[in-house]
Amino acid sequence: MGFSDTKQTKRVCSHDNMTLYSFVAVAAGFGFLLFIRILYVVLQCGKQIRQKSTKSYSTLIVLGSGKCGHTAEMLNLLSLLEKDRFSPRFYIAAATDNMSLQKARVMENLINNTGEKSGDSAKYMQIYRSREVGQSYITSVGTTLYAIAHALLLMIQLRPQVIICNGPGTCIPLCGIAFVFKVIGIRWSSIFYVESIARVRRLSLSGLLLYKLRMADQFFVQWPQLKKQYPRAEYVGCLM
Amino acid sequence: MGEGGSDDGFSRELSKRTVFVTVGTTSFDKLVMAADTDQVKRELRNKGYTHLVIQMGRGSYIPQKNDGEDGSLVVDYFTFSPSIADHLKASSLVISHAGSGSIFETLRLGKPLVVVVNEDLMDNHQIELAEELAERKHLYCARPQTLSKTIANMDVESLLPYVPGDATPVVKHINRFLGFPED
Repeated sequence: MGFSDTKQTKRVCSHDNMTLYSFVAVAAGFGFLLFIRILYVVLQCGKQIRQKSTKSYSTLIVLGSGKCGHTAEMLNLLSLLEKDRFSPRFYIAAATDNMSLQKARVMENLINNTGEKSGDSAKYMQIYRSREVGQSYITSVGTTLYAIAHALLLMIQLRPQVIICNGPGTCIPLCGIAFVFKVIGIRWSSIFYVESIARVRRLSLSGLLLYKLRMADQFFVQWPQLKKQYPRAEYVGCLM
Repeated sequence: MGEGGSDDGFSRELSKRTVFVTVGTTSFDKLVMAADTDQVKRELRNKGYTHLVIQMGRGSYIPQKNDGEDGSLVVDYFTFSPSIADHLKASSLVISHAGSGSIFETLRLGKPLVVVVNEDLMDNHQIELAEELAERKHLYCARPQTLSKTIANMDVESLLPYVPGDATPVVKHINRFLGFPED
């Protein structure tokens, strides 16, 4: 009796091991597939869209903090974009920044007046910032989580096909979420990053992150010194 | 007498050469303090400037007003104004903080510009832009403590006009990337 008992427990044990092994194997396989998928997304980054496009792309525009001139640079660029190709346009600015969206509205209204049809294709929204200037680092953990949750909610609603940003920190969670959307196949988007004209010799933190993590499809710099240091960047001369 | 007086006022209006100091949306007390020193005011007077208008922002240092009756520089100040552009247009020389907005707005108006860098800022990338544009002879770059020397040694005629940039290359890149036909 005792003999068969131990035999049985052994069998149960090996059965347990089996489920564990198969579980590990499935997890490893899943991890491997995820790795391949991430690799694919990263390698696909920066590849031009091949087919000729005639439709329009929903576009997310991340505006600056209002103070550092980011917004002026962005609106200067947007005024040249063909509005029927980039439609609808979602403007996002920090919740503490009222100036930027105001300026964007003024620009959009100007387009309307010049006869180009813009209609209701522009929408304006605000996003919580992970850290205000001067905020302590301890409290910024909570606000960062809150800001990421808010960014995720917005991105699920908007699912933009094109993202244009030029530096403010709010673009990092948005671009990160866009990357995750690409990996899990929710939405494929193209990210364009324009480093601010104020950056001559060193990239901003946002710029450095997007460049190093290869998240921006096209990375524009306005000074030749930066092109030398970051060869994957595109030198386009001063925009202002 | 009355006629002579208005004539005098007219010629004074004609020869009015204003220096506009701007600190932008925050505060930069060291710049306001530097602009308010006797050395800086003396150098500005030597260069033929007649008026000094200081936009002091949120700063706590209050400069001394002066009506210029003794033939010295007329000094006036204010904190903020919605019409900074008008002040820039009306000036003959601009002394500005290193914010890119102020710099390019002034350069586009073709006004001689001295940029004073705030060395107390934590992430001070602003120096890069001011120094690069100074190297290209579009403006003069100074520190608060070197402002009077910069003004004494500057020759605004030797500054090169800034040709405004153009965002068209970026727009072309984006369009090509997304597969839109070029036109």
